[in-house]
Amino acid sequence: MAVTSLLPPASIRSDLESIVEWVEAGSRVLDVGCGDGELLHALVHRKQVDGRGIELSMDGVRASVARGLAVIQGDADTDLKDYPSDGFDYVILSQTLQATRHPRIVLDHLVRIGRHAIVSVPNFGYWRVRADLLLRGRMPVTDRLGHEWYETPNIHFCTIADMVALCQDMGVTIERSLILGADDRAVPAPADSVRANWLGVQAVFLLQRS
Amino acid sequence: MNVAIDATSQDPSEAANSGPAGYIRLGLDRPLELDGGGTLSGFRLAYRTYGRLNADRSNAVLVCHALTGDQYVAEQHPVTGKAGWWDLMVGPGRPVDTDRFFVICSNVIGGCLGSEGPKETDDATGKPWALNFPVITIADMVRAQKMLIDHLGIAQLFCVIGGSMGGMQVLQWAVSYPDKVYCCLPIATAARHSAQNIAFHEVGRQAIMADPDWRLGDYLNQGTRPTKGLSVARMAAHITYLSEPALHRKFGRNLQDRKSITFGFDADFQVESYLRYQGISFVERFDANSYLYITRAMDYFDLAADHGGVLANAFRVAGPDGRPTGTPVKFCVISFSSDWLFPTSESRAVVHALNAVAANVSFVEVETDKGHDAFLLDVPEFYQVARGFIEGHAARRGIAAKVG
Repeated sequence: MAVTSLLPPASIRSDLESIVEWVEAGSRVLDVGCGDGELLHALVHRKQVDGRGIELSMDGVRASVARGLAVIQGDADTDLKDYPSDGFDYVILSQTLQATRHPRIVLDHLVRIGRHAIVSVPNFGYWRVRADLLLRGRMPVTDRLGHEWYETPNIHFCTIADMVALCQDMGVTIERSLILGADDRAVPAPADSVRANWLGVQAVFLLQRS
Repeated sequence: MNVAIDATSQDPSEAANSGPAGYIRLGLDRPLELDGGGTLSGFRLAYRTYGRLNADRSNAVLVCHALTGDQYVAEQHPVTGKAGWWDLMVGPGRPVDTDRFFVICSNVIGGCLGSEGPKETDDATGKPWALNFPVITIADMVRAQKMLIDHLGIAQLFCVIGGSMGGMQVLQWAVSYPDKVYCCLPIATAARHSAQNIAFHEVGRQAIMADPDWRLGDYLNQGTRPTKGLSVARMAAHITYLSEPALHRKFGRNLQDRKSITFGFDADFQVESYLRYQGISFVERFDANSYLYITRAMDYFDLAADHGGVLANAFRVAGPDGRPTGTPVKFCVISFSSDWLFPTSESRAVVHALNAVAANVSFVEVETDKGHDAFLLDVPEFYQVARGFIEGHAARRGIAAKVG
């Protein structure tokens, strides 16, 4: 059996790169929906965090554990309630909120369990997505939304403006945000601006309960 | 900590392996206190070691055996002549690499391969203990192992690993001695023995006790052995270790050495013949009274009950400021999808309790149709996960890839 490499990968997705940047070194991190552990691995090796992960797919969990990460098989919709309040410095939900059954409840747990939550979402308000629906009358399939409507794991699409509104409604403070446009280039615009909602392919939020 | 200083002066790697009867006497100065009341002093504990202890004694791995296992984890068994029961897991280049780790495996107290148990001689009477042996628990087994670890001069085990009843010992180790265990791997196990599990054990015990040769447990003095009862107990238990798909794949309804059914009670079917063989070969290496005691120990196991009914409390320790905090032990919990004896839901309960104290835990359910026994069989994904967990933590603990 091949010995699993414990070295971090050379490069990671750009939204993940900014998450790594935002996380304080040596902190306690829970990555919800951690996939094969790419982000967690980078955080453990580059920021020396005490990292944990939850992942729904058994393949992802196996891959993560085999690379030395503390990851459990679990479901963001049902398992977050088991975690104590303030158990972590950061709880990360990367590109997963739109795939949960109850995004509001999940978000509530994120800011309860973590002193901070870092959430990234694909933006359904991106101009190309809007154009697809407006001009073609078809559900958009893009790099970030790469599934046909009948097979997508994403069941609660939202826009950047929707996320901002939800946070306001829940009394969650947006401490910091990053809007990523085409080619993963940063769009210099505040999250609550019209520009962000038109040009952002995705957004990354640093959140805190008020 | 009460380390036997005299034992640390010698190389513990050389201390144990003195043949099938290799055991040490423990609890001579301070007896082993038992959960059921009473004590054992000067009791035997048979064990084997593999590999070498490194200079800072940080590379010790304790392997805990299941109900009918023993200390011969990674070498030819002296009674059966078969390979070690976990030689897929333990050995050179295996996930528990004996070139890297100092591996210890003891026969549990209550066992029948050299450790103090109902088959051994009670020094007070000069006769086998039989039913005069005190009823023991999983925690008692672990306390005895702890004495062995102290004797070997090991302040902290790098890893405690085991499946089924071995997994119960792993959990008990983490709960009883959280500062003596760096990381642990409880496999195909649970924090309590379920009502269904107790029920199956009771069938086995009743089979043994119904055998006229059992003689109220006094068979060793009366020159008999309840082999039929023990064999039936093993047959019933063996079914619970498998799964219907695995049994079906192996035997189906195939007939044994015949073209048609005989309309009688011979072993017409291959599966019957297989079970009979399992039963008969088991009685050659196992003691009936030991079976009673060890199944009882599993039945009594309930970590939550020992901690006010809240499993999470079992995994709390006193923090630096005296306030309770999560256990420092790192866990990797593994279950198998077709295990109906210790189903994934039981592992999940352990994981949820560990999450509740924000403990460092990994959890994997391995997809396989091989049932409870999968942890002893060739299931590559299982060993891949175990290897990843052990290597990740060995690197973090600074344990060299080879004992230098």
